[in-house]
Amino acid sequence: MLKLKNVDIFYGKIHAIKRVSLHVDEGKIVALIGANGAGKSTLLKTISGLHRPEQGAISFGDSDITRMAPEDIVRCGISQVPERAHVFKPMSVEDNLLLGAYHRSSRSAQTSIRHDIDRVYDTFPVLRERKKQLAGTLSGGEQQMLAIGRALMAKPKMLLLDEPSMGLAPIIAREILTMIAHLRQQLGLTVLLVEQNARSALRIADSGYVLETGRILVQGTADDLLANRDVQRAYLGRDAE
Amino acid sequence: MLTVFLQFLFSGLTVGSVYALVGMGFNIIYNATSIINLAQGEFVVIGGLLMWFFLESCKLPFLLAVALTILSAGLVALIMERLTIRPLKTNDLLIMIMVTVAVAIVMRGLLMFKFGKEPYSFAAFTEGDPLVIGGAVIQLQTLWVLGITGTCILALYAFFNLTIAGKAMRACSFDPTAASLVGIPVSRMIMFSFILSAMVGAIGGIAITPISLMEYDKGPMLAVKGFCAAMMGGLGRGRGAVVGGLTIGVLESMTAGYIHSGLKDAVALLILLSILFFRPAGLFGNAAMQRLKGH
Repeated sequence: MLKLKNVDIFYGKIHAIKRVSLHVDEGKIVALIGANGAGKSTLLKTISGLHRPEQGAISFGDSDITRMAPEDIVRCGISQVPERAHVFKPMSVEDNLLLGAYHRSSRSAQTSIRHDIDRVYDTFPVLRERKKQLAGTLSGGEQQMLAIGRALMAKPKMLLLDEPSMGLAPIIAREILTMIAHLRQQLGLTVLLVEQNARSALRIADSGYVLETGRILVQGTADDLLANRDVQRAYLGRDAE
Repeated sequence: MLTVFLQFLFSGLTVGSVYALVGMGFNIIYNATSIINLAQGEFVVIGGLLMWFFLESCKLPFLLAVALTILSAGLVALIMERLTIRPLKTNDLLIMIMVTVAVAIVMRGLLMFKFGKEPYSFAAFTEGDPLVIGGAVIQLQTLWVLGITGTCILALYAFFNLTIAGKAMRACSFDPTAASLVGIPVSRMIMFSFILSAMVGAIGGIAITPISLMEYDKGPMLAVKGFCAAMMGGLGRGRGAVVGGLTIGVLESMTAGYIHSGLKDAVALLILLSILFFRPAGLFGNAAMQRLKGH
């Protein structure tokens, strides 16, 4: 569904991504793991159109999205949950969700948007309790849920998640990752999940790529990666055995 | 005694409304970009002078002249944004604000080139005898100014708080990255905010010119007063700019009347300084909200 072919990205003068190719099949969860500074976020930003790749091609379904504007990429069906949630802090929870549906907000869509907000509240009941509260006053985990809910409001076919468990207590991080697996089931979403926490990402993923200083080092099914000695040593840390 | 007081009050409210409109203009752009557009005052001047041009020089009908004036101001803002703000590949607000100063200087130059240095005016919107309240005289045009200001403010409030486009515009200033990622065309929103604020400024210029005349170099002073109004209420807060503008207008008029007219312009600056010292988030802003915005 999503295909990157020989993509090169410069971040200022830094050659952040070097000839990276990857693909995500429809309905799959693919994990992209790697250390801090490996270029994971840069890659996601480029898919969403916030950066332009120097070379290479990115396609989604039948469309070439390499040079599309971010808003058109959202329209194609790719939504990103950015690193650290990036909710609109001085706005209410409900306004955040409304803005998530920005690209399809027309007068005729009002009822379906309302309905989708209710669905997000059903998925994350804590957001319903706090719908009038300013998003900036939510806890880190709640902000992450709001960011996921906001991304879902665009009715995406594919979700890009940038370190959704970053900075969260382990129990909340686990809850969020479980929720992502659940949403894939429920909505038939395709997911590209960027994580530093390789073990928990691979637990819910079908397959994965390991990115190191801008290059794909290893790729394979989640089980293969979990069993791979290099991956264990470098990314699964002390609980490798 | 009371008569004199009322007279000062009314004239204060009239100028104050225009300060409020200029303040609103600052807020609109600030709400979308966090930029302070210091060319804001020039759009008021453009409103007054172009209105004179369309009405008196081209002899167009009143409503057509109003429409053309507002549209032209919007067009100037569009050109300004596309030519000077958009090509800047920077996130440095200070640089962008300096650019607006440069634009203001160029606009002033062009206005002087076209209109010269003399003041312009045209007839009040409606003819008729002024009202007399408690012995104080209120020109009918004053009522127009107050009414138009009120309408603009309500319309802008509704736009920013009740419509999805308005909320999207605010989202662009809170977090441009996230705004792009939910599909808001951020650069188009910024352009639109410049157009909208120029139009509001021009409306103020059209309304005030029959009362206080308009000349090419009135912009900077209007911008300073409008900025004080916006700061006083807390940048980005609509009702703040209104209260700020009216307060400054009235205090100015009282100072000029009871103390000395030379001190008039100092009032706004004194208020600005005290606000910055004692309540930097403005009378209506609160510091916690300011923190959520991240600046």
